[in-house]
Amino acid sequence: MKVLRYILRKEFRQIFRDKTILAMMFAMPTIQLIILPLAMNFDVKHVNLAVVDHDHSSYSQQLLTKIGASGYFRIVAATASFKEALTYIEKEKADLVLEIPPGFESNLVREGTQKLGVSVDAINGTKAAIGGSYLQAVILDFNKEIRINAGQTKPSGVIDLTYSNWFNPLAEYRFYVVPAVLVLLLTLIGGFMSALNIVREKEMGTIEQINVTPIRKWEFILGKLIPFWVVGIIVFTLGLLVAWGVYGIWPVGSFVTLYLLAAVYLVALLGFGLLVSTYTSNQLQAMFVAFFFVMIFMLMSGLFTAVESMPAWARVIANLTPVTHFIKVIRMIVLKGSGLMDVKWEFLYLVLFAMVLNGWAIVNYRKTT
Amino acid sequence: MKQFLAFIRKEFFHVFRDKRTLLIMFGLPVVQIVLFGFALTSEVKDITLTIVDHARDVNTRQLIGKIKSSSYFIVSEAPLDDNGIADAFKKGRSRCALIFPANFGSDLQHGGKAQLQIITDGSDPNTAKTVINYISAITTAYQQEVSPAARLPYMIVPETRMLYNEEGNGSLNFIPGVMALVLMIVCTALTSVSVVREKELGTMEILLVSPFQPLMVLIAKAIPYLILSLANFILILVLAVFVLNVGIKGSILLLFLESMLFIITCLSLGLLISNTTNSQQTALLLSMMGMMIPTMIFTGFMFPLENMPLIFRYISNLIPSRWYFLVVKAVMLKGLGFEYVWKETLVLLGMTTAALAVALRNFKTRLS
Amino acid sequence: MEEKVIICKDLTKRFGEFYAVNKISFEVNKGEIFGFLGANGAGKTTAMRILCGLSHPSSGEATVAGFNVYKQQESIKKNIGYMSQKFSLYENLTVLENIEFFGGVYGVPAAEIKKRTTQLLEQLGLTAEAKKFVGALPLGWKQKLAFSVAIFHRPKIVFLDEPTGGVDPVTRRQFWDMIYAAAAAGITIFVTTHYMDEAEYCNRVTIMVDGKVEALDTPANLKTQFSADNMDQVFYQLARRAQRSGD
Repeated sequence: MKVLRYILRKEFRQIFRDKTILAMMFAMPTIQLIILPLAMNFDVKHVNLAVVDHDHSSYSQQLLTKIGASGYFRIVAATASFKEALTYIEKEKADLVLEIPPGFESNLVREGTQKLGVSVDAINGTKAAIGGSYLQAVILDFNKEIRINAGQTKPSGVIDLTYSNWFNPLAEYRFYVVPAVLVLLLTLIGGFMSALNIVREKEMGTIEQINVTPIRKWEFILGKLIPFWVVGIIVFTLGLLVAWGVYGIWPVGSFVTLYLLAAVYLVALLGFGLLVSTYTSNQLQAMFVAFFFVMIFMLMSGLFTAVESMPAWARVIANLTPVTHFIKVIRMIVLKGSGLMDVKWEFLYLVLFAMVLNGWAIVNYRKTT
Repeated sequence: MKQFLAFIRKEFFHVFRDKRTLLIMFGLPVVQIVLFGFALTSEVKDITLTIVDHARDVNTRQLIGKIKSSSYFIVSEAPLDDNGIADAFKKGRSRCALIFPANFGSDLQHGGKAQLQIITDGSDPNTAKTVINYISAITTAYQQEVSPAARLPYMIVPETRMLYNEEGNGSLNFIPGVMALVLMIVCTALTSVSVVREKELGTMEILLVSPFQPLMVLIAKAIPYLILSLANFILILVLAVFVLNVGIKGSILLLFLESMLFIITCLSLGLLISNTTNSQQTALLLSMMGMMIPTMIFTGFMFPLENMPLIFRYISNLIPSRWYFLVVKAVMLKGLGFEYVWKETLVLLGMTTAALAVALRNFKTRLS
Repeated sequence: MEEKVIICKDLTKRFGEFYAVNKISFEVNKGEIFGFLGANGAGKTTAMRILCGLSHPSSGEATVAGFNVYKQQESIKKNIGYMSQKFSLYENLTVLENIEFFGGVYGVPAAEIKKRTTQLLEQLGLTAEAKKFVGALPLGWKQKLAFSVAIFHRPKIVFLDEPTGGVDPVTRRQFWDMIYAAAAAGITIFVTTHYMDEAEYCNRVTIMVDGKVEALDTPANLKTQFSADNMDQVFYQLARRAQRSGD
């Protein structure tokens, strides 16, 4: 235990002395936490629309006014031909083209039915689908209006749908993104900093001097783990403060539960970083290997897309990474106020990850080659 | 010239000796393509839905049957009150609840308003919004079924055409993004480290006293990475075409040349980073964290640029991958020619020249 | 009979088909300065790393301070000091902090660390530099400090791997004075070098060629045996037979 104290003293001195690294560890997370939620907004708000009105009738004018007033669309151009409208899509200036054929109004009145051309830039599938369905909804609504105005419809039983979003009444993305970014920050610190640190000792040759001392393996690993754990907890606290100060998000659930989970998660991720460092021999390798896995962890974790929507094989992989579980619980605790009993399985998973990854790192760290 | 070739060969040797890094370099695009292509989808499926049916009449049975057969939901029925629903949300057992009041069927049949309430777990806004869309689509369809008014007059039928992507291949959007991201990371990180490592090990001095022009030294350092990156680019293209069935609509030559330009831009940035830092750790953190995150955010393939605050949209103009992303979309997916991408090409050229000029000047200053 | 602190018999380290160390045998007496000579790539460092418990031998027997190199590496480590070729104190820690750290991990009590540190700094004339970063010291001082740190916990044996590489002759001389002082205090010195004048300072010298021990005796006896004027000539006679090129 005495030996561990000396190791810790040395590690803390080294970390808190390197101003560049220190700045990176504390400033970068803060900046990221401020920037990322502003950038990560999946709401499709502004759909750019180019219109081609061949009809120029009162109906077509009414429809266009309605679309313009719906708030979803920005009419970027009104062109005389479809070909011309298409150039707006080619230049990425428009997402949709609405083409109103000649005789739109007269056909509706005379034949009772009329087609409308909607062309979407389908490269961005989500935007195309959502933009397209917004447009359909507006057209449907317009359709109803003209029918009622023409006195052509009789009332029937309707289903009146009301909805409410609990824990986040306006369904704002920041509530979803901010806790996840907190996880991202802990992951980057846990995964990268610890990996780089040991590999640096390898490259500088100082690890040899350590290996020839009677330091025990677990003492060495703990000596590396604890300082970064402390840094991680500080960053986490900082992150919670930024989330509250900038985004007004204050955890609903208990802080004890939150910190307990964060503490275990950090140990697991630090174990991962240490494990990477035992398998690599220079900083470039360590960074690349750590990056490779962290990227997979992040993409699979439900940070951007829901884990439930993945195919079964991908869900299995997602559940094999600690990040997935932690993102899930941090959202539960921060937004919904779930208690420890609600997240006990995730908690146990994290404990298991922490033990396996660190145990593996200790076994794979060899003082004698 | 012969010495120059020998020099390049030495650089190659360096790169190829590090098998792990090489593996990651080529593994990165493969894994990203598989993940984006097959695992990640913004479509929401298998949502756990709790139905609270206080009516238990023909209409609710029919509507519930429709919801169950829609494949979007995993339905369970339970007579929960608000607390029970909140509890189910907190435990993560259910993501939304649908509540039918006691007189749902009679209201509907007697021409009144039948209330239907959806409660969603708003902690995941994406799912919450999708749930509302799905349910309202299902109820609208059901409503028309139960009140089959004769053929409706004044029927507008929107016909939707999917441009560039008739089959709705979801891979289209991210392929250019993955290309930009992978090339950016691989080129910038590798080049920056390659020079800084020589600085750290002291071998840079030897190069500096060699008879080569500084420009030649830089070029020799960059060439292996240029070739590796081109190989990487081809790998992504092959995967895109044969694994994800993304066709190349435009000129391959143009795409190739534009990609080469982008790779050179990234290499120049790498050289710039390496010339302004002194340790591998700083260079790595700068090129991985400093470049990675802006690239992911500001390229526009993960998060829509037009939703961002104005200042971010200005910043995004400084990110090379944003321009390359536009070029790939136009040339590869839309089949457009050079006349549509000359502006982006000029921007990339400008960035390259600027980065190289600064890098070279730093390099010369060190010399004297 | 003298006490043997290192006993080595047919010790071998193989990397695939390559015998880095090929059946070497020797014994080192307590308090002796034992020189280990050889060209680059002769296997000196590999042999030393095995004896320090940093590397597993492929075959053969060896004990260091009475402990087996196969099974009791950690016990060996408690009883030895080691100074590697590459300077390996922490450059971003001060002189004091380095001493405190290495003293601490060898289990020297805190009070004792303080006492010995004051002594040590005075001896080295580093008192004024105690709070400077080690990275800022000149190479000669770094080497002397590294040696002092290696014997700070009073080990039975200290292993020095080319300790005087790259330092000036005056500092080398001072360095050897420190080695003599340590030997006089009862610490066995195991030192590799390729400066032949330094070989003359050793009690006994081993010369390795291509992973094998080709000669082992006192410098005086070796000179007689090879009818040479100095150790340089002895070394060249042996090294000429080498098959491997240095790296």
